[in-house]
Amino acid sequence: MLKITNVETFYGKIQALRGVDIDVNDGEIVSLIGSNGAGKSTLLMTISGVNKARNGNITFNGERIENREPHKIVDLGICQVPEGRRIFSRLTVEENLRLGAFTNEKGKHFETDIKDVYDLFPVLSDRKTQRGGTLSGGEQQMLAIGRALMSKPKVLLLDEPSLGIAPKLVNQIFASIKNINKEKNVTIFLVEQNAKKALELADRAYVLVNGKVTIMGSGQELLKNKDIQAAYLEGGTKN
Amino acid sequence: MEKQDIIKSFKDSLFTGLIALALFGPIVGLRTVSKGEGLFITPQWGIVFLLVGLCILGRFLININSAKKTEFKFLSSFSSKFAHITEDKAKHFAITGILFAVVFPFLPFTDRYFMDVAIMILTYIMLGWGLNIVVGLAGLLDLGYVAFYAVGAYSYALIATTFGWSFWICLPLAGVFAAFFGILLGFPVLRLRGDYLAIVTLGFGEIIRIILINWYEVTNGPDGITGIPRPSFFGLPFKRSPDEGEASFHTFFGLEYSTMHRIIFLYYLILVLALITNYFTLKIRKLPVGRAWEALREDEIACKSLGVNPTNTKLTAFAIGAMFGGFAGSFFATRQAFISPESFTFIESAIIVAIVVLGGMGSQTGVVLASIFLIGITEIFRDLEQFRMIAFGGAMVLIMVFKPKGILANRKPTILMHGDKK
Repeated sequence: MLKITNVETFYGKIQALRGVDIDVNDGEIVSLIGSNGAGKSTLLMTISGVNKARNGNITFNGERIENREPHKIVDLGICQVPEGRRIFSRLTVEENLRLGAFTNEKGKHFETDIKDVYDLFPVLSDRKTQRGGTLSGGEQQMLAIGRALMSKPKVLLLDEPSLGIAPKLVNQIFASIKNINKEKNVTIFLVEQNAKKALELADRAYVLVNGKVTIMGSGQELLKNKDIQAAYLEGGTKN
Repeated sequence: MEKQDIIKSFKDSLFTGLIALALFGPIVGLRTVSKGEGLFITPQWGIVFLLVGLCILGRFLININSAKKTEFKFLSSFSSKFAHITEDKAKHFAITGILFAVVFPFLPFTDRYFMDVAIMILTYIMLGWGLNIVVGLAGLLDLGYVAFYAVGAYSYALIATTFGWSFWICLPLAGVFAAFFGILLGFPVLRLRGDYLAIVTLGFGEIIRIILINWYEVTNGPDGITGIPRPSFFGLPFKRSPDEGEASFHTFFGLEYSTMHRIIFLYYLILVLALITNYFTLKIRKLPVGRAWEALREDEIACKSLGVNPTNTKLTAFAIGAMFGGFAGSFFATRQAFISPESFTFIESAIIVAIVVLGGMGSQTGVVLASIFLIGITEIFRDLEQFRMIAFGGAMVLIMVFKPKGILANRKPTILMHGDKK
């Protein structure tokens, strides 16, 4: 469905991605783990078209998208929940969600779409007239995911949904991600530093090191991989 | 603890006094007087010490206030109450305001001078509302807004004097021209934000003014354009003695001729134009494009990730903001009947930005209050001549001290759910 081939992205002279190859198939949850500065967010921004790939290509259902404008890519059905949530803090929860359904085409089924989001995250429904900035970190993350869902994506790109969120809420958010994948048939491409959670959730996973994919396999395989345990799972966790 | 605070704020206010002394000493203290041949310096230390004393006292009170938050309680509680009133009863407030504006010309104390001031305030309200689209909603700091005001005024003046078309045809054309210039400015600044955007827009404002001065063949340079036609009341001119076979406003309605007719007409004209601006802004905020402006102000990257096209969004904000500036400009031209580049200097942009910022970015009512306050104060102190700019500055300082986010800083949501009223 989403096929990334040999993508290289630069910031000026600095190369952030050194030929990344990743496949995301329809209906899958694919995780990408890696440490700080590995290029995870750069890759998502490149898929979204905010950063442009200098080499390589990205196809979505067979269509080349690496040179398209970000808003055209969203129109095709690839929506990103950016790192750090990026809620419109002075706008209310409901206004944030409306912006997710920005284009008229996507605003068509606004009422049912927003109900779906409220069913998925009931807390947002309680707070719909509150300003986005007054929500807790976890609620903001739910709002960010809900906002992206309003654009009716086929693929949802999630950038570190666990960042700066209480552990209890992290579990809840990961459960909803699974739910979105299974019930709503949205393909998920998840980028995470919380490797354990990301691998547990994933059908397949990739490890990104210094702008290159070094290891790939099913989520379970990678959880058992010795190198990964040493590097990302702090020598294996107890539970 | 408390004693420490007081000593600290006392020291701080003495330091403020020192700065005030350095500023006022040479500016106010040394006055040049021309006696016979040559200039002589007369010191005026009394006034200097008075001013420095005021600064020390003012600073001390502000310090105590921020340390204890009790001293000025009445002031802040008053203003928060005020904010509540305007928020809860925004509609009543607005309707009362509009009703007052409608009956204003016929109030017993209203004379020619009041009308002129009111027209000026309304012009600034309209400009403030227009700029509010760019600065308040889209969050693009535009320091060259006067350029669009100028483009509107010159388009109107040139079209009206060259082709003799009526005000009602020239007005939309002036708006279109201004919007075109808005897009012209928009393109190069698409990638800029914050300070850099402010600098470029500032430069744009100056470029337009300098073109107006130097493009003599078209704009008549610094001499300006004279004989700009006055607006007519739907075809009826405001003339004492109309041409043969032509009706004028007072003959048509069988009234005694009075110059006030035209003034009152101009007043209502700018009132309607301003209200259209306001109505438009309130409506567009609820449409996707208006919502995208506000989203863009909050976070551009999030906008991109949601499929908002930042290029179009910014350009529409610039174009629509500029269009209203252009409307205001053509009103200005028809009211003055004479325009020159001198009316479109940077200070105009600065005043309009001040109105928007002091009103509370994005607040429509705030713009009204700030216009009345800032323009009103400079008018009240008109007798002080050049010192009225000090009153203007003082007014800005007062607002920034007591309401640092603007007079009305609360953003009203565009959607309210039924049953959520509280």
